[in-house]
Amino acid sequence: MTTTAPVEVEEPIADEFVKQDLPWIVIVWNDPINLMSYVTFVFQKLFGYTKEKATKLMLDVHYKGKAVVSSGPREKAELDVFRLHEHGLWATMQQDA
Amino acid sequence: MRSWVLRRPVRRSRSGRYQLHLSSDERQLLRSLPEQLNAVLLEDDASVRRLFPPAYADDPEREAEYQGLMREDLLSRRRAAHEIMARTIDASDLDAEELNAWLATLNDFRLVLGTRLDVREDDMGDDTPAYALYHYLTYLEEVVVEALAGG
Repeated sequence: MTTTAPVEVEEPIADEFVKQDLPWIVIVWNDPINLMSYVTFVFQKLFGYTKEKATKLMLDVHYKGKAVVSSGPREKAELDVFRLHEHGLWATMQQDA
Repeated sequence: MRSWVLRRPVRRSRSGRYQLHLSSDERQLLRSLPEQLNAVLLEDDASVRRLFPPAYADDPEREAEYQGLMREDLLSRRRAAHEIMARTIDASDLDAEELNAWLATLNDFRLVLGTRLDVREDDMGDDTPAYALYHYLTYLEEVVVEALAGG
């Protein structure tokens, strides 16, 4: 959501604003290779979560197949996804519905 | 108990550095990992794609944009970590940044090897050398994470 000079908007402006306001969520998906201890460690390292919170998210990934690990504007979510990818975790992002 | 502690291959010392207790055979094996990964990164198969997952699963346009912006950066960060491990492979101790680079390299290698072996949860695999290597790296990675997380 970079700020640019006013432009002629072709789509209905109200819809577009509503969609832009929805936060993005970052999801980590379960995989059979990454270690549970490693995933917990990465959540603590990247997001500064407590051991308890990081462990709970890791267990959600492991047992439920996925967990929402962060949310925010698109740029922040994309950076979080990038850092999770850098650490080998399977992360995707989508707009919160 | 004491002897078990002493035999741990990675230990945090009071100075905040991480001591490595690895045999020459282990060093020899680990020495080959960054080199092998460098070669692997030039290929394009499922195991390499595992290192570059999609960010936007349902949006091809934004996904192409993400890959275009981020892939080179992701690749260079991976190579930087592999280079640090290659450079410090004979060290008796490491600082936190160097040990994190070892961790990144171990994990990259396990992701590539595990994808090629098609490993599953709760499946120990067979007794081939590839699985033996995979399990050894899993063990070593556990120890490294424990050392780093233990603070």
